[in-house]
Amino acid sequence: MIYFLCGLLFLVGLSGILLKRNLIKIIISLTIIEYSLFMFLALVGYKHKAVPPIITSLTEKNNYVDPLPQALVLTAIVIGLATTALLVALAVRIYEKYGTFDIREIRKLKG
Amino acid sequence: MFALLILLMILMIMGAIVAVQSKDLLSAVISMGIVGFGLTLVFLILQAPDLAIVQIAVETLTLVILIAAVMKTTMKEIKVRKSTVVIYSGIATVIVLIILLFILGDTFKELPAFGYPELRMSEYYIEQGLEKTGAANLVTSVILDFRAYDTLGEATVLFTAVMGILAVLRRKGRKE
Repeated sequence: MIYFLCGLLFLVGLSGILLKRNLIKIIISLTIIEYSLFMFLALVGYKHKAVPPIITSLTEKNNYVDPLPQALVLTAIVIGLATTALLVALAVRIYEKYGTFDIREIRKLKG
Repeated sequence: MFALLILLMILMIMGAIVAVQSKDLLSAVISMGIVGFGLTLVFLILQAPDLAIVQIAVETLTLVILIAAVMKTTMKEIKVRKSTVVIYSGIATVIVLIILLFILGDTFKELPAFGYPELRMSEYYIEQGLEKTGAANLVTSVILDFRAYDTLGEATVLFTAVMGILAVLRRKGRKE
């Protein structure tokens, strides 16, 4: 059930990429897909009645959630910001050249 | 806790639909903020405070970048006239999405149940993390010690992206 809602968020983003013709809308949809994947990885690592993976005492053993997906998502979030910024830069440059965000108008591949 | 998680996820899906379908680019960008900040709360509920801190910073930056880009260019959404091509491509997309939904539903049955993950590699990290790396935060010990090469690759990607942005947006030396 809870994984299914996550998949639904992914599909909303995918429909935006497939149906929209505006470059900014496509970038927003890509970011939504990214977020749904981060949420999926965090959901996979979750454990019932567990605490965040920070060691607070040496003697008693706590029940920690999985630290590995969290570490990988931490890396992926920062890379997501970098790719989004690069995409926005390209979109702004395309707008300067063609005067539109419409992907149908951007056909003239000359320098 | 579980009901709160589901409510937040439904809110995120609604925000995503508004972001994709709205007629105005500025409101689309701000609705994307619902998804991002909702994700921060989901991370907090899922016991991942490090992720929540990073996500709130990154989401703010993403919104600032997107709003700056939209204000500098245009806020108008492109008008699509109803033609047969548009209708056919819409129907084809909906069919593909429904098929994908069924495939996703089948695949999620194979996963371990929510809340009971199989810890194999992480067992080692949890038991040996403090002793081998000296970091009390196990997430830090994974990204900065056990998988430090991942972080090096991340820094490389960040550097490359910054170089790309500078190369694309540079005004000096451009032929007009």
